[in-house]
Amino acid sequence: MIKKEMIAMLLAGGQGSRLGVLTEKVAKPAVAFGGKYRIIDFPLSNCINSGIDTVGVLTQYQPLRLNTHIGIGVPWDLDRNEGGVTVLPPYEKSTNSEWYTGTANAIFQNMAYMEQYNPDYVLILSGDHIYKMDYEVMLDFHKANKADVTIACMPVPIEEASRFGIMVTDETFRVTEFEEKPEHPSSNLASMGIYIFSWPVLKEARYALKDQQICDFGKHILHYCKDKGQRLFAYEYNGYWKDVGTLGSYWEANMELIDIIPEFNLYEEFWKIYTKGDIIQPQYISEDAVLDRCLIGEGSEIYGEIHNSVIGPNVVIGKGSVIKNSIIMRNTTIGENVDMDKAIVAEDVTIGNDVVLGCGEEAPNVKKPAVYAFGIATIGEGSVIPDNVKIGKNTAISGVTTPADYPDGILESGQVIAAKDGDKA
Amino acid sequence: MRAIGIILAGGNNNRMRELSDKRAIAAMPIAGSYRSIDFALSNMANSRIQKVAVLTQYNARSLNEHLSSSKWWDFGRKQGGLFVFTPTITKENGFWYQGTADAIYQNLSFLKNSHEPYVVIASGDCIYKMDYNKVLEYHIAKRADITVVCTTCPDPSEVERFGVLRMNEDCRIEEFEEKPMVSPYNTISTGIYVIRRRQLIELIEKAAQEGRNDFVKDILIRYKNLKRIYGYKIDSYWSNISTVESYYKTNMDFLKPEIRNYFFKQEPGIKTKIDDLPPAKYNPGAEVKNSLISSGCIVNGVVENSVLFKDVYVGNNCVIKNSVILNDVYLGDNTHIENCIVESRDTIRANSYYSGDGEVKIVVEKNERYSL
Repeated sequence: MIKKEMIAMLLAGGQGSRLGVLTEKVAKPAVAFGGKYRIIDFPLSNCINSGIDTVGVLTQYQPLRLNTHIGIGVPWDLDRNEGGVTVLPPYEKSTNSEWYTGTANAIFQNMAYMEQYNPDYVLILSGDHIYKMDYEVMLDFHKANKADVTIACMPVPIEEASRFGIMVTDETFRVTEFEEKPEHPSSNLASMGIYIFSWPVLKEARYALKDQQICDFGKHILHYCKDKGQRLFAYEYNGYWKDVGTLGSYWEANMELIDIIPEFNLYEEFWKIYTKGDIIQPQYISEDAVLDRCLIGEGSEIYGEIHNSVIGPNVVIGKGSVIKNSIIMRNTTIGENVDMDKAIVAEDVTIGNDVVLGCGEEAPNVKKPAVYAFGIATIGEGSVIPDNVKIGKNTAISGVTTPADYPDGILESGQVIAAKDGDKA
Repeated sequence: MRAIGIILAGGNNNRMRELSDKRAIAAMPIAGSYRSIDFALSNMANSRIQKVAVLTQYNARSLNEHLSSSKWWDFGRKQGGLFVFTPTITKENGFWYQGTADAIYQNLSFLKNSHEPYVVIASGDCIYKMDYNKVLEYHIAKRADITVVCTTCPDPSEVERFGVLRMNEDCRIEEFEEKPMVSPYNTISTGIYVIRRRQLIELIEKAAQEGRNDFVKDILIRYKNLKRIYGYKIDSYWSNISTVESYYKTNMDFLKPEIRNYFFKQEPGIKTKIDDLPPAKYNPGAEVKNSLISSGCIVNGVVENSVLFKDVYVGNNCVIKNSVILNDVYLGDNTHIENCIVESRDTIRANSYYSGDGEVKIVVEKNERYSL
């Protein structure tokens, strides 16, 4: 019988609606990050680097890009005879069929998958954080404490603690209480959404809570386990960990990679991050290019100026264009004499000549002021922007736009264009 | 597919100078991200040849490392696959490969155990893209015994490195001279051949009986009046890298947009082993003009008209001009490199000065690297 000590279940089904047009066509874990990676590469690489070779990836929202990216797991050495990576979408059952209605519900619909590996422990991960972590050390902590559930936590500044799920512990790190986004937090240990469950505990909780319609780990399972008097422990993690759930934090995390010695260093030999390397050729930097503090991916061709930016693979930046403080994802083409400041441009975008992006004064976004904030102009996947237009701050564009979409050639700050997709056929 | 492939990758050439000290020519890094043999291997895969043997002999460690998995070229298959044959001592034979024909003879079972009717033979030290099916169709249409792919010698002074040939109007090869000092002709063999498998077995066995070991001298030239040997002329990009000068020039060719477009953008592409390196990084002080930069590089200095291979570190105030910096080189601060090829995995001390005058200089320091 197959036996795996610990298997991982990676929750990758969420939309990540706070990333706006970036997640219009792809799930958040499949969003590009750091010049060549996708967000899911970080937990997947952590798994293989921690010696976990069996990973179930739970998908639901827009899974095409994610499925293509994961494939049979070759980039992460997760193509195994026993175990390896398995994509687990919701499926129809003989008596009913339902979507994944919550994080725990998604796991509970895949008990059979976990059962076949006969695990002692199950690691629950989410596919939307940037960090390097050795889950084996966390497992040692779990075993040493004879814990039923271990929750990875990191200390956050107390003034920010009200944004997180907060764990209150005694001096042995046993969790005595938790507070979900408390107004007056009594601790600064924030849950990172990473849990280790002893398998019998998880199984028992599944039977006890099988009638719970919407079932989440934070809201239901942890409470259930604690109320039963089970041993919940907080594992304190002090490395780099970044939630890239908002456009602001996503932009910031990318920009941090440009620092001369970044806190989160991709250039270390130890703890490599793996990704699907489908573009392999070197990048070409032309006679006219100016490069100043930037990351550039494989196969890109740079004819313009780049300051303080992260450029993905296979990007073309035309002559005379000036890119500042921006993130440009793969296969995007930028014309000549484009002036761009503080923009996030998704994959397969075409930007014409003489476009100004990120100009004017800031104004709150008219549709989703909480999403399109931070002064960032966001361009969704596959968008087309015509020549000679000006685009303000806190804006969002998706789809194929024409000059008619820009009154007087300007998209004022805070405005949104949601155009139809181009006919790709 | 109707053919199996053989890639001859055993050769060495003293005209590679120090560059062949630690690797076979077929393992030479090319165009920032590739190795020479990737081109022949990718051409085989792109021509849907499923079964390929690589014959290696000289200094094969680096090449074997590169070929340690066949998945990058899609040869990890149940049908066919990638076979790497280094010489072994057997009951019948106690020698290294004595020549190209002998190398095939010592692995004749590979040919005998296949069922495909044709064999494509290529060498591992040439940079080109080719659909071998086109050559095969030509071979069949001409009812040839052997088809030799040939091209016009890019530089007439270089004919002495190649097999020079003359064809008649029907493209049948009438004259063939191996590495002549001078020649009235400028059509050269590219070292790519198509031949029927049974024909090849027959010719190789015959040569072995007679103690003849070289495919060109003892088969092509010896049989040219007896067998129907045809030339298939190409005019697309083709370059042999087996001298320092041609190796340098081939890498520099990739700075030209039309060459880059041909190899990097046009399908089908060239595949290579994936190294999982982060994107290239440019820090303050970086000033890069007309250069190819590969993944994993960190640039703090000036780079002009150069090719940086993977994982190169360029220190502060460095100046790199007209140079090829191979994989995993660390260039200390204030280093000046001009008209050079810097050998891979080297650590160049700060304040070094290297400049090739009139010819390309090869830089090998072999310093120890201290890492934390």
